[in-house]
Amino acid sequence: MKVLRDLFRDYRFCFSFGVLVIILILAFLSNFSPYDPTLWNVVPKDTKPSVQYPLGTDSNGQDIFWQATYAVRNSLIISLIAASVSRVIAVLVGMVAGYTRGNTDRILMFVSDGLLVIPLFLILVMLAMMVRQHMSLVVLGLMLSAFGWAWDARVIRSVILSLREREFTQTAILSGTGTLKLVLNEYMPFAMPLVFSTLINNISWAIGLEMTLALLGLVDVNIPTLGTMLNWAIIYQSMFLGRWNWVLTPVVISVLMFIALYWLSVSISEYLDPRTRIQRVGAQ
Amino acid sequence: MDTLLEVDRLTKVFSLGGILSRVRIRAVDNVSFYVKPAEIFALAGESGCGKTTTARMILGFEEPTSGAIVHRGGQGGESENKKVWFTEGVQAIFQDPFGTFNPLRIVDRYFFETIGNFGLAANGKEAVKLIEEKLNAVGLSYDEFSGKYPSEFSGGQLQRISIARALLTDPTLLIADEPVSMVDASLRMSIVNLFKKLKEESGLSVLYITHDLATAYYVSDRIAIMFRGNIVEMGPVERVLMDPQHPYTRLLRESIPEADPKKRWGSRITLSNTEHEEYLRAGCKFAGRCPDATETCKSQVPQDVHIDDVLVKCHKYHSVMKDTSSSHCLA
Amino acid sequence: MNETVLRTEGLKAFYVLDVFGTQKVVKAVNEVNIEIRENEVYGIAGESGCGKTTLLKALVAAIEPPLRLIGGKVYYCGYGKEIDVSSLSAEEKRRLRWEYISYVPQGSMSVLNPVMKVKETYRDFIESHVSGKTREEAYEIAGRQIVELGLPRKILDTYPHQLSGGMRQRVTIALAALLRPRIIVCDEPTTALDVVVQRGVVQMLRDVQKYLENTIVLVTHDMGVQANIADRVGIMYAGKMVEEATTERIFGRPLHPYTQYLINSLPRFGDKTTRESVPGSPPSLIDLPSGCPFHPRCPYVLDVCTKQMPGFVGLEPNHRVACWLVGEG
Repeated sequence: MKVLRDLFRDYRFCFSFGVLVIILILAFLSNFSPYDPTLWNVVPKDTKPSVQYPLGTDSNGQDIFWQATYAVRNSLIISLIAASVSRVIAVLVGMVAGYTRGNTDRILMFVSDGLLVIPLFLILVMLAMMVRQHMSLVVLGLMLSAFGWAWDARVIRSVILSLREREFTQTAILSGTGTLKLVLNEYMPFAMPLVFSTLINNISWAIGLEMTLALLGLVDVNIPTLGTMLNWAIIYQSMFLGRWNWVLTPVVISVLMFIALYWLSVSISEYLDPRTRIQRVGAQ
Repeated sequence: MDTLLEVDRLTKVFSLGGILSRVRIRAVDNVSFYVKPAEIFALAGESGCGKTTTARMILGFEEPTSGAIVHRGGQGGESENKKVWFTEGVQAIFQDPFGTFNPLRIVDRYFFETIGNFGLAANGKEAVKLIEEKLNAVGLSYDEFSGKYPSEFSGGQLQRISIARALLTDPTLLIADEPVSMVDASLRMSIVNLFKKLKEESGLSVLYITHDLATAYYVSDRIAIMFRGNIVEMGPVERVLMDPQHPYTRLLRESIPEADPKKRWGSRITLSNTEHEEYLRAGCKFAGRCPDATETCKSQVPQDVHIDDVLVKCHKYHSVMKDTSSSHCLA
Repeated sequence: MNETVLRTEGLKAFYVLDVFGTQKVVKAVNEVNIEIRENEVYGIAGESGCGKTTLLKALVAAIEPPLRLIGGKVYYCGYGKEIDVSSLSAEEKRRLRWEYISYVPQGSMSVLNPVMKVKETYRDFIESHVSGKTREEAYEIAGRQIVELGLPRKILDTYPHQLSGGMRQRVTIALAALLRPRIIVCDEPTTALDVVVQRGVVQMLRDVQKYLENTIVLVTHDMGVQANIADRVGIMYAGKMVEEATTERIFGRPLHPYTQYLINSLPRFGDKTTRESVPGSPPSLIDLPSGCPFHPRCPYVLDVCTKQMPGFVGLEPNHRVACWLVGEG
């Protein structure tokens, strides 16, 4: 496709694309894991990487490689749930507030500002401690999404506010277009790059936050995620004991993911930016 | 008398400033005029005179503080102060041709949307026929128009496309808000000639809002000159622009640069420093710059005076003609 | 005949753009030869997109990527010498700017620093070009110049946003004239202004020129303004100069078909007969037609016009045309 070809010119996109393809393959491979990730002692403990155990094994008696595939899969699930649900909320709130203005706008922004100001971490810790028993991937994802929309809602709202003053809004109204269709058809193309890049940033944010919570032991540590793997590795003092294969696996994977996600968001939003799109239209 | 549009004592007051110091500016001050069918009526004046605010109120994008707007051009019979589009037979085109259309969407979409929203065609083929008809009326062909983004056209072409879109609903009144100010001087004729042609062929009326008096003279039948929210002179364009009565109209007329080196500006003028002070002036708002200002001018608001078929708002004629009418405009 | 102060020879300046892999070359100034003289107002007219602004940028040596000087030269002349502008160093160019040649760009009402009072902007200016003046002396110089040019003294103590558009434009022109440059170049100084304010700005430009006895190069598409202030006018089309003559001749006896259209399409008071614009639209500077760029729209097009670009010849003194219909070209 022409779009992909244009995107591949950007080295950042190439790198991100490559890394993310590998990550997705890893996540997919988790379906073929010969071991059940929640069990202990399925393999000999603390072995070095070998042909049989590609990344070695950990102190729980799990194969690190296959554990990592599950970890990646679960982290992705959590963050995707968190990011997409919060996008939906942010777009809805932003659009309604930006277009209707007046009192609805004030109430929505009040709520949004409140969420921004509240110290997020403390609330999350509290909530996590309360729901720890029932903490599953989905629950964690939804919890994170409730806090991830506030900033972006405001950004989308300001985009809508400025678009409302443009003359093409009047042209659309004179063409008889109703409010909902107007907002979707006229404003979404401007808001898309924003929504997309904030989606990707949100994924990064969610992974990071999950890892933080996991390190504090506030999630169900039996479910393998990048955070819980790191948590276990630290509990077992793997850094002091020189078991680098265990500690470094989640660290390297998450660092690569953060870089890839960042570069992906930057290159795609540059591509989707209305100003460069308008330039490209002439080039065709 | 049949009129398409009647504006009666329309007023719009804006409040500026913070909680402690509020300034009230009468952007539109008791403006009254009417537009007949098949006539081009120009509303002219410099920037900040209130003409665009008046247009926005007529279109329903702004709420008037007081006064009435009556439309008689649509199928809904007489209707007062409602948002007017298809049912009242009013459409509009705007100043910036590149801002009129969303730069990220193909221009066709607006046409198909208008047709769809107002039920102007039964199916796709008929819709295309209708679009082609209107495009031809403005001098464009369907092929050179279809499938393109706004940035692929020139300003003049886009403005014509904008007119074609407005014509889709067969309006009786077209409100043109500074349609040629962002188009090169040499291309303005093509747009303005279109207005003339549409008036003569389909009886379309145009409310032509502009600060370019030369094109206003060329194309309109009647004209109203606005200054800081008031209409200061109104009447047939030959009389108002060739033999101006109000000192402001005279100043405007003299200041238009003519494309003739033999007719250069002779006298010198002084300019005001800020515009706000003129809005807040008591009495006649032009008194600060008027060469014929008297003491009455600085304290009393002048009344409307009829001199033949021209309406002038000036103290000079108030005493000469004992005929003082209310600001309601008569035929 | 007055001395030449600025001269171009075969000037070619193109924009080379690279948008997502496709390269576009915009031939904005395509072989321009002009000579601008001392103590005159030289107007450059033409539709938007014909290359006028780029020509100005080349004249003031403000060529930056993506604009590139492809060929030709620009010479600053004076005191019997000629300096090739491309041979100047950045420091020399900086000194010449505002002292020899100053540039009032388009939309220059926004050029004034919004957080500084006008007198501070003046002081900034003076300090970067003239050494050894104290703050008070700088304000004094500013005050004197403002009053000389007929502006009220109190505007020095205001912020730019408190002034009207016309006043800001005049302050910018006053700033450009501050160091008494030999050439002042203005790009569309009156386009966004009202008719009465426009008259005031043009009046001021005339005052400045008479007062400094220097040269003003004025670019505008408004032929009425050109008629009112210019001594000579050059008409640009698609990156080339197609006609150049005194104002009286351009308006009285235009020779190039494009100029004829331009003059005849302007509405005049007292005459409501139908007038026509130039038919068609200006060519894209990326994809120019062969031969003479005006031939697709020209009512008198000949076969040779589609093949070869006519030369810019002077038939009579002070009147040059680039057209196959006039002379052998």
